Amino acid sequence: MEGLKECVANLVVYLHPSKAKCPNEAILTELSSMLFTYNETFEGVVLAYDPGNCSNLAKILPGIHPYFGVKLTARILLFNPKPDMLLEGEVVKITPHSIHAVVLGFSAAVIADEDIRGEFKYKSKHGKEVYVSKSHKKHKIKVGTILRFVVKSFDEEILHLSGSLLADHSGCARWLDKNSDKWSQADRF
Amino acid sequence: MGAPEMDEPSFSGSELDYHVKNALKAVIQGDCDFYNQLVAVIHHKERLVAEEVALLVTCLKAVAGAVSCIHIIHHRSLLAGIFGMSLWDYGTDVMDALVELLISLASSSGEFVDLCLETLVINFIPPSSAPYFMELLKQPRGLSKKNQVLDRVHATLGDIRNVVPLSPLRLEKIVRDRMPNIYTKEPFIVMYVENMLRLESGSMGELVGSTMLVSIVDRLIELDVELAWDEILQDDFHKGIFDMELEDLEGHVDYTEQDCNEHTRDALIQRFFSGNLVAEKLDSLMVLTFEHLKSCSESGRLVQVFETLLQSFQKTILTAYKSKFAQFIVFYGCSLDPENCGKMFGSLLVNIFVSSLNPEWRMSAVAYLASYLARSKFVSIPFVATMLDSMVNWCFLYSKNQKQGGDINPKAHKVFYAGCQATMYVLCFRMRQMLALPQLNSQLLFMRIEDILGHSLKPLQVCLPSIVDEFMRLAKANHVFSTPPSFSNDCPLESEHSRAFGGTERLDMFFPFDPCLLRKCDRFIRPNYVYWSMVRSTYDDDDDEEEEGSSDEDDAEVNIENGMSIPHDGSGRSYDEGNFDVDEFNYSLDKMSITPRDSSHKFGGRIQRHMQMPSRIRPSMSPESL
Repeated sequence: MEGLKECVANLVVYLHPSKAKCPNEAILTELSSMLFTYNETFEGVVLAYDPGNCSNLAKILPGIHPYFGVKLTARILLFNPKPDMLLEGEVVKITPHSIHAVVLGFSAAVIADEDIRGEFKYKSKHGKEVYVSKSHKKHKIKVGTILRFVVKSFDEEILHLSGSLLADHSGCARWLDKNSDKWSQADRF
Repeated sequence: MGAPEMDEPSFSGSELDYHVKNALKAVIQGDCDFYNQLVAVIHHKERLVAEEVALLVTCLKAVAGAVSCIHIIHHRSLLAGIFGMSLWDYGTDVMDALVELLISLASSSGEFVDLCLETLVINFIPPSSAPYFMELLKQPRGLSKKNQVLDRVHATLGDIRNVVPLSPLRLEKIVRDRMPNIYTKEPFIVMYVENMLRLESGSMGELVGSTMLVSIVDRLIELDVELAWDEILQDDFHKGIFDMELEDLEGHVDYTEQDCNEHTRDALIQRFFSGNLVAEKLDSLMVLTFEHLKSCSESGRLVQVFETLLQSFQKTILTAYKSKFAQFIVFYGCSLDPENCGKMFGSLLVNIFVSSLNPEWRMSAVAYLASYLARSKFVSIPFVATMLDSMVNWCFLYSKNQKQGGDINPKAHKVFYAGCQATMYVLCFRMRQMLALPQLNSQLLFMRIEDILGHSLKPLQVCLPSIVDEFMRLAKANHVFSTPPSFSNDCPLESEHSRAFGGTERLDMFFPFDPCLLRKCDRFIRPNYVYWSMVRSTYDDDDDEEEEGSSDEDDAEVNIENGMSIPHDGSGRSYDEGNFDVDEFNYSLDKMSITPRDSSHKFGGRIQRHMQMPSRIRPSMSPESL
C-alpha cells in the first residue's frame, strides 16, 4: 500500500525549564504529542518516531520564559495519503449506499455509492451485507474484507479518507492478488 | 405550518432515495422546491400525528441514504434541522431513524463528525426548553423515556466509533466542553454526570474514561470551593458543628449537647441543606461517583480507575485550598480496595510530602496522610506504622540537618512542623492499636519521635495545641515517649508560634478527612470511618476516674457500633434506637471537625481549650491575636 514514508527530521524541541531535570522524558512527551495528528511541516500524519540522537547542547531562548531548545534528529514514520494513491483498509460496515473501512486502525475511509463501480451489486442475505461483483462471483466485499481503494480526498483534521472503487485494480485485496490475470485482462480491453 | 405535503405518497423506498438525492443535487443548481419541503418536514416538531411521524421517519431514512450528496454549506438549513432535533421530543421510530442518519452523516465525511457527536452529547440531558421532562422523569413513564433515549445515544456513540476510530478523541473534548457548569440545576448536572460515568464504564472507557473522571473531579472541586466555611458557619452552627472532637473530653460536649438537642439540630441541618443547593449538588454527584467506583470494584477494574483518580487528586484536590468534601471519593476508593488503592494513596502522599518542591503541597499532603491514616478503619496497622515511619524519618533527617540550638521558626520550617503535627495526630488515633501489637510496639519505640519532638525547633510549642495536648496525655497514659524537659503542660497552649506556623492560610488546621457533612454521602463513608469517639473510648484517662465510662475493649466494641456515642456522656446514648441512623448522623454533624474555628478571638481565655474552625481566614498577626 502507498501513503507511508519514513523520513529523517532535524528537530528543535523547546522545553520548559521545569523539565530540565529529565529532558529525555520531556522530549518523548513532546514527540508523542505529534502522534496521530496531521503535521503541516511534515505534510503527513506522524505514526511513529525514533528519537535518535539528541544533542547535548541546549540553547536558552531569550524571552520572558527561559525555554530551552534541544536539537535532535529523529526518524519519523509518516502517513500522507494523496489523491490517486492506492490504500488498503479493513471493511467495518456496509450499507446499500456506502462501504466503510478503517485504514491502519485509525483513519476512517468511506466509499460512497457513486464511487463504487457498477460491477458491484449490494446484497443482503440473513442480515449479512455484501457487495458482489457481477462478473466475478467470487469477488466479494463484506465486513472484515481488506479493501484496496483509490484515494479521492483526505480530511486532514479528522483524518477522514474518501475513496473510490471505480478503478479495476481496486476491490477485495485478496481476490485482486489471487486473480491478477482476470482484472488486468479487463484493463486491457 | 401543517405537515407539508409530499407529492406522490406512493413512492417506493428506492424511488424516494433517488428523489431526495436529486433534490439535494438540485439545490446546488439553485432549485430548492423539493429540498424546502424536506427541510420543512424535518423542522416540523409540534404534535405530530401518525402520518406525520411516518413521513418524518421516511424522510430521515431517505436522507440517510443520500448523505454522500449533502454539502455542509449548500444544505445548511437541512443540517441545522437534523442537528437541532432532540431525541427526547420523539417516539422510538423517529429516534431510530435519527440516530441511523447521524451515524451515516458522521461516517460520510470528516466535517460532520463533530456535529453529530455534539448532537448526541446534547441529548445526554432533556432539552432545557422543555422543563416538564424533569417532572416526567419522576414517573415510570419518564424513566422509560430516559432509558430509550440514553440507550440509543450511547449505542450510537459506539457505532460511530466503530466506523470513525478517532471519534472518541473528539468526543472527550465535546463532553468536557459541554459539561454543565456548577450553577446548572441539580437534576441536569446529575444526569449529565451519569452519562459521563456510563461512557467511562462503556466500550469507549479505555479511551475517554480518564477525561471523564478528571472532569468530574474538577466539577466536584468547583462545587466544593463554592461552599464557603462562612456559609456553613451561620448562627447556631457556631455552637455545634465544628466543635473539636478532641475536646469532648473536657466535658465540653455536655454544653453542646444541651444547647443543640436533637430537634434543633435536625432543623438546623435541614435549613443548611435546604438553602444550600451547592451542597446538595455536591452530595448527589459524590454519591454517583461512589456508586460508580463500587461498580468498578465489582467488575474488577477499580485499580485502573483509581490510578486516574489519584492523578486527578494530585492535580486538583490536593492543590485546592482546604478542600472540604471532594476528597472523600479517594477515601471511598481506598476503602473498596485497601490492599492496592489504599496503599497507593498512602505512598503517593508520603512521596509528595518527602520530595515535592512546593511546601504548601507538602503540608497539604502530610495533612491528608495523617487524616487518612487516622480516619480509615480499613487501613492495616502495620501499614500505618510504615507510613508513620517514613514521616518520622523525614522529620528526623530534617531536624538533624538543622543546627542544634536553632530556634523556633514556624515559617521557615513549616513543612517540618506539619510533619510533626501529622505524626502526633496519627498517634492520637492509632497509638493504642500499635502498642497492642508487640512487633509494632517495638517499631514505634524505635522511631525517632522523641528526638524530633525534643529538638530545639520545639515542635511541641508550634503544633496545634489541642493535638499536642492530646498526644501528651496519651503518651503519659501509655508510658511511652518521655516529655521533653522544655515542655510542660502548663505552658500556654496556643502560642504565637502555633499561630504563625499555619500562616495566614492556617494549613496547620487542615484535617481533610474530618467527618463528612454531606447527608447522602454519609452511608458510603460511615462503615469505614473512625470517629474520634470510637478511639477515645478505647482508653480512659486516670484523670477521668470520676466519669463512669470504662476503658476496656468490650466497651470499645459497643461504641464502635454506636458510632458516635460518647462513653462518659449519658446523652450520647440516649437516642431513640429506632431513629438511630438519622440521630447518629446528626450527632456526628456536631462532631464535624477537629478542623477548628478561628480561635484568635478567644486567645488568652480559658475557653481556648475548645479549638474552633476558622470561620474567617485572617492573618495570624491580626491585632486581636496580639
